[in-house]
Amino acid sequence: MSTPVPRSSGTGRGLLVAAIPYLWLVAFFLAPFVIVLRIALSDAATDQPPYAPHFPGISQLGEFLGALDLENFRLLGDDPLYWQSYLSSLRIAALTTLIALAIGYPLAYAMALAPKRWQGILLVLVILPFWTSFLIRVYAWIGILRPDGLLDMALMGIGLTAEPLRLLNTDTAVLIGMVYSYLPFMVLPLFSTLQKLDGTLLEAASDLGATPLTTFLTVTLPLSIPGILAGSALVFIPAIGEFVIPDLLGGSDTLMVGKVLWNEFFSNRDWPLASAVAIVLLVVLVLPLMLLQRARGQGEGSVR
Amino acid sequence: MDPRQERQVSRPEAGGRRASPGSVRRDFQPWNDPTAKPLVEFRNVTKRFGAVVAVDRLSLAIHQREFFALLGPSGCGKTTLMRMLAGFEQPDEGEILLDGVDITAVPPHKRPVNMMFQSYALFPHLSVGDNIAYGLKREGLPKAEIAARVEAMLGRVRLKGMEKRRPDQLSGGQRQRVALARALVKQPKLLLLDEPLGALDKKLREETQYELMDLQADLGLTFMVVTHDQDEAMTMADRMAVMDHGRLLQIAPPDLIYEAPASRFVAEFVGDINLIEGRVTAVAGDLVTLESKSAGVIELDEDAPSCRPGDAITVGLRPEKIALSHDEPGQANNKVAGEIWDIGYLGDMTMVQVMVGGDQGKLFKVSLTNRTRRIERPFAWEDKVWLSWDVEAGMVLAS
Amino acid sequence: MRRFGAFHLAALVAGFAFLYLPIVALIAYSFNASRLVTLWGGFSTHWYGALMRNQPLLDAAWLTIRVALVSATLATVLGTLAALALARYRVFVGRTLFSGMVMAPLVMPEVITGLSLLLLFVAGDVERGYWTVIIAHATFSLGFACIVVQARLAGFDRSLEEAARDLGATPMETFATVTLPLIWPAVAAAWMLAFTLSLDDLVIASFTTGPGATTLPMRLYSAIRLGVTPEINAACTIMIAAVAVAVIGASLLMKRDALAGR
Repeated sequence: MSTPVPRSSGTGRGLLVAAIPYLWLVAFFLAPFVIVLRIALSDAATDQPPYAPHFPGISQLGEFLGALDLENFRLLGDDPLYWQSYLSSLRIAALTTLIALAIGYPLAYAMALAPKRWQGILLVLVILPFWTSFLIRVYAWIGILRPDGLLDMALMGIGLTAEPLRLLNTDTAVLIGMVYSYLPFMVLPLFSTLQKLDGTLLEAASDLGATPLTTFLTVTLPLSIPGILAGSALVFIPAIGEFVIPDLLGGSDTLMVGKVLWNEFFSNRDWPLASAVAIVLLVVLVLPLMLLQRARGQGEGSVR
Repeated sequence: MDPRQERQVSRPEAGGRRASPGSVRRDFQPWNDPTAKPLVEFRNVTKRFGAVVAVDRLSLAIHQREFFALLGPSGCGKTTLMRMLAGFEQPDEGEILLDGVDITAVPPHKRPVNMMFQSYALFPHLSVGDNIAYGLKREGLPKAEIAARVEAMLGRVRLKGMEKRRPDQLSGGQRQRVALARALVKQPKLLLLDEPLGALDKKLREETQYELMDLQADLGLTFMVVTHDQDEAMTMADRMAVMDHGRLLQIAPPDLIYEAPASRFVAEFVGDINLIEGRVTAVAGDLVTLESKSAGVIELDEDAPSCRPGDAITVGLRPEKIALSHDEPGQANNKVAGEIWDIGYLGDMTMVQVMVGGDQGKLFKVSLTNRTRRIERPFAWEDKVWLSWDVEAGMVLAS
Repeated sequence: MRRFGAFHLAALVAGFAFLYLPIVALIAYSFNASRLVTLWGGFSTHWYGALMRNQPLLDAAWLTIRVALVSATLATVLGTLAALALARYRVFVGRTLFSGMVMAPLVMPEVITGLSLLLLFVAGDVERGYWTVIIAHATFSLGFACIVVQARLAGFDRSLEEAARDLGATPMETFATVTLPLIWPAVAAAWMLAFTLSLDDLVIASFTTGPGATTLPMRLYSAIRLGVTPEINAACTIMIAAVAVAVIGASLLMKRDALAGR
């Protein structure tokens, strides 16, 4: 019998503990964003650094502000390359999420059902690839998907296909790489939701006459929705801004925002446009982020 | 056998307030001594959490060597009161004095007050010995003295030979004793105990109650226990306070709280009670007569009654003060007929629910002590019975 | 009770095959004698030898480890402080902004984090290299470290700290003798996570580094762009082995810890 103890919340000391990380984040997280925004409103230039106008000092603040404009954002809207790359990113991220859910749910479900003494090892096995380098995991797929690579050898070896599939440098390869890389993010929240599922609920359902399938559809599935939402958001959000996978596995026609931003910055040296691309990408991310926040809230609620 | 043998016709002490009230230690009543200096004093203390007033303009004095219990439902503010004494919460208004010194602004680690936590709060990464030594090390005492005091305390709480163990290698009762030892070894002026027996099972709880009382008496310390368990409070305390909604409703020795509750809330919160509402028809000296809907005319003996004819009052009647019989009692001042609706057999006693005044009437609880090993029950469901009680049994309750 | 049947076993086997076969293939081909990745030319450790003579790669690896050590330590200290502030103090000025800034790097696309930090360094006219990469890595792994420590603090019994205060410990003593020893496993885990994130990072390092400070992922990335060679496989295999040893070592340590604690 323990009731929650009402506690006063300290304020003064809290600021002291928070001050160091707080100042660090203001300097290295918040300030950079202000700068990104400011450069997104500037024009590309051949100066060093390559944008104009430079901040001239407080005396000419008015003039400086007058030279900022929304031209880069206008360009993002006008040039189909940009908005198509946003749409394509969303499409690939959505497909990645769906496929990862289709593979991850049965896996997480089986893990949750597995004998208790296996579960620890299974969990480590899911997390382990996450500890190995991202780059290595993408590289492994190059060896598999390239023409005459391992997949082709295997498929042609058993006579399933007659000629190389030419998967590398296609959107399919990007999807495979994305699902592979982000699968653990889907499995972990699903597993933790399914594992916490009260076994007596399923017994109650079958006691009340539900078949295993209806039990799954009417009890297990609805109760695992917080896990599905959290997992989907954890896959979807980073997938939108992904750069390495489309760059290494995708083709020249694979359009993704992360790649566009990288190219604008490093190849075209158009820093203002790259900054504008970044800001629009952030705006695109706001909605799924809010969904993730809600899924977290629900997850906590269902535990209690 | 005659069921009427079960009746509690006469009670030797005839109502709590007639007996000399007070603590179990007859000569220990510092609260009745106007010259005694209290050890702890709360003066008009208020504590709010946001819009919730946890403690409301509360004043209280606790005396040296007293075993004081604070009883109340959860959320009544008793834990907050204790935490203010330990220094974990600051009162918004008022002051708290220890030995006559205002300690309101003293941080917890500088107060000569120690606490035994409800969860015990044993440090899981330290051994039993290190847990007990923790507070002494903070004082910077010499190693040899710490070792000696820890050793002595281990013997005191019967944990010799366990000092190397970790808290999670102990039973619940052992953990409770480590928590107690850890606080006691600091020799606090005041020991606070937050639901000290709440986590123990019933048997162990009873044993430990007496151990705590012995320890307190032997060491000559002042204990303040916070609990929601009335048996615990009544068994151990010299005085107890009943608290609700941040206010103290009554501070008195346990027998006075039970036999002369200051209000309807106290009467209902401590022990079982039957409440009868009625209107006073006559007051003659100490004898009050009232007319009630549920039990007809009732007479009761009240010292210096404050009610006058025409007043609407509530009378409280403890279940064990009512006698039960099949035949109409001849002599009794108060009697009323009813029908048995329920019988709860509890081993040592039987709780009978009697419906008085027909199906829509009032249920009375009557408790019977099972003094013999007779198996056949004297009463059964649907029996027509009589309830009767003495004039001293009822008490007028302020609402 | 729910039963673990053939379907579930199949799901497990298929799922883990998908996760592990590519890595197994990668490791296998690092021992290929042939230069052609597709052709098995017999077992050889030739490529490991070549790797040991590849000085630029070794330099990059050493730099990466130093960056990871420093940035992980910074991120752990900052993340632990942030977690304490967020768990303990329910209200303070700018708390919402603070928690937002702590958590944002977890979901922020790396290209944006990298770009924004680079623009900050350019605006501040900071010379880019070793230290700018460290600051960038500490900033983005801070949130991960914070989450790990916060999870531990969420289950932390506050009365333990109160008991310490009650027994005469000052706030600092309480932190040193009670809080820190109890959250230590989480702090260690947070450090390991931050360390791995830093080792692994390509995008943020590419933005924030300068001439002369090329990290291992950056070297690998340019090598991969040039084509697949068994030498890269060998490098990857060594990294996988190092991580596997570290993870297994850490879990053994924790198990021993748990046993000692029982």
